[in-house]
Amino acid sequence: PPAHSHSDWIGPPDKLSNLRPVIFYEPPEETALERRLREARQEAQASNQRFWARHNRAFRQEKEEFIYSRLKAKGLEMRDESGQKATLNAEEMADFYKDFLSKNLKKHLQYNRDWYKHNFKITFLMGQVALVRALRWLRRRKKNVEQ
Amino acid sequence: GFFLWHLRNAGARQIPCQFMHLYHVASNRLITFQYFNFLKRMYVTQCNKDLSQRAKPKSDSIVSPFHELQKLDEEKKVVHKISPVSPVHQSWSEMSSRNELREMKSAAETEDSVIQVGAESKEDRQWKEMKLQLDDLPGILARLSKIKLTALVVSTASAGFAMAPVPFELTCFLLASLGTGLASCAANSINQFFEVPFDSNMNRTKNRPLVRGQISPLLAVCFAASCGIPGIALLTLGVNPLTGALGAFNIFLYTCCYTPLKRMSIANTWVGAVVGAIPPVMGWTAATGSLDAGALLLGGILYSWQFPHFNALSWGLREDYSRGGYCMMSVTHPGLCRRVALRHCLALIGLSTVAPVLNITTWTFPIISLPINLYISYLGFRFYRDADRSSSRKLFFCSLWHLPMLLLVMFTCKKSILEKEDKGDQPGGSHEMAMEIRLP
Repeated sequence: PPAHSHSDWIGPPDKLSNLRPVIFYEPPEETALERRLREARQEAQASNQRFWARHNRAFRQEKEEFIYSRLKAKGLEMRDESGQKATLNAEEMADFYKDFLSKNLKKHLQYNRDWYKHNFKITFLMGQVALVRALRWLRRRKKNVEQ
Repeated sequence: GFFLWHLRNAGARQIPCQFMHLYHVASNRLITFQYFNFLKRMYVTQCNKDLSQRAKPKSDSIVSPFHELQKLDEEKKVVHKISPVSPVHQSWSEMSSRNELREMKSAAETEDSVIQVGAESKEDRQWKEMKLQLDDLPGILARLSKIKLTALVVSTASAGFAMAPVPFELTCFLLASLGTGLASCAANSINQFFEVPFDSNMNRTKNRPLVRGQISPLLAVCFAASCGIPGIALLTLGVNPLTGALGAFNIFLYTCCYTPLKRMSIANTWVGAVVGAIPPVMGWTAATGSLDAGALLLGGILYSWQFPHFNALSWGLREDYSRGGYCMMSVTHPGLCRRVALRHCLALIGLSTVAPVLNITTWTFPIISLPINLYISYLGFRFYRDADRSSSRKLFFCSLWHLPMLLLVMFTCKKSILEKEDKGDQPGGSHEMAMEIRLP
C-alpha cells in the first residue's frame, strides 16, 4: 500500500490459509478506542491465520498420506508410466473426508466460539468508533456554524 | 428458500433483474423457470471447477507471495512504525520456512494445481484499498443479500399467496412480497457476516463481499438491520402480525440456528429445510391471515423438496465441507444422505395427492404432476443406488426445474372459490370447470 494512504489495505488470499491479509492504517492521532479496535482486528487476523494455515496444511498432508497408503494397498505407484499423478476417485476419498471431519470436529467447535467472540467484539468496537466519530463531526459542524 | 442458500455463482457479476412480474403470477412461474435454466448454465461451469478431484494441491509458489508480503510489511514499518504487524508477519514467515522444510522432507512430490481462472485471478493478486466505493455499493449489497436467492424466496412466498383460496388483493400481495424480500436480505447478510473465514476457504463462496473486504462487517450488520426491521414491520403492520411473526422467526431460525448448527451437527439440514418451507406459508398467511392446512401442505412440499435438492448438491462438495469443518450428511453419513433424498422425493408424490383432499387443487393436480414427481423420484433412486457424481448432478439439476414446474401446475389446477361456492357439497362434480384457469 502507498505511503500516503489513510485507509486499510486488503491483499490477495494467503496460499495456506485462504484468508486475505489486511494491513491496518495507524492514524497519527489515534484515540484509545480506535487503537483497541485496530489491535482487536490484528489479533483476530493473527489467530485466524494461525488456525487455518495449520488446519489446511494438516488437511493436505493427511490427504497425501491417505492417497499414498491406499495406492500402496492397491499395489500402484504414485505416478504411472506417462508421469501422471495417480488419483483416487471421489468415492474412495469419501472415507478420508469423513474421517478428517470427525477428527477435527472438536477443534472446529473451539474455533467457532473464538471466531464468534472476535467477530462480535470487533463489530461492536467498530460501532463505537463510528458513533464517536459521528458525534465529533457533528460537534465540529455546530462550532463552524456558530462561528 | 433454503434450496439456494447454498447455490452460489462465483462468476456472476451482473445481477439479472426484471424476473418478477407482479401482475401475472403465472408468467412469474415461467420467468423463474427461465431463470433456473440460466442458473443451471452458470452452475455447470462452476461444477466443473469444484467437482474435479485433484490428488495433490500443494503449492510450491507459497514462498513468493510471502516475500512480496514481507517487502510490503517492511515498507509499512518504515513509514508508520507498525510493530504489531511484525508478529503476524513473523508467523507467516515461520510458516513458510516450516513449509519449505516439510516440502523437502516429504517423500511425495508436490505440484501446484491451485485453480485460478480468468481475469479474476489477476485482480485477486492485487492489494486493494479497503475503502467503500459508492458506485460499487449496489452490486456489493446485492451480493451481500444474495439477491438472486432472495428473489427465489419471494417467488415461493408469492406462490403461497397465489394458492390461498381468497380473492387476490394486489396491495397485500406487493406488501407481502416486499416484506419477505427485505427479511430474506437481512437474513442472508447476517449469514455472510457470521461466516467470513469459512467462506474464504470454500471455492464456492470465496468471492463474497465481506471475504474480499469490499464492505466492513459493521456496514453489513447495519444493512441487515435496515432491511430486516422495516421488512418485519411492513409484514406485521401492513399485512398481518402472523406473517410478521413468521418472518421474524425465519430470520432467527436461519441466522441463529441453521448457521451455527452447520458446523456442529448434521441436524442443520432439517432446520434449513424448515427455513425454506416457511416463505410459502408466509405467503398463504399474508393472503388469508390464518395458518390452515393448505399453508402447511405448501410448506410441506417445499420442505420435502429441499432434501433431494441439497443432498444432491452437497454430494459434490464433500472435500470443501470436510476441510471447512461443515457437518453435512454427505460427508458423515453418506448412506443416510441418499436415503433421505429418495424418501423425500417419494413424499412429494404423497403430498401432491393430499392437495385435492384439502380442497386446494383439483384432482387433476396429482395426475398432471405425477410424471415430474416420478421422474425426480427415479433420479432419487438412481442417486441412492449409484451414489456417484453423475447421479447427484442429475438429481440436483432436476430439482431446479422440478419445483417451479410443480408450483406452476399447482397454480393452474387451483380450485377457484366461485367453483367451491357453486358446487357446495356436491362431491367431485367440477371436472369440467377444473380445467379452466381462473383467478378467483
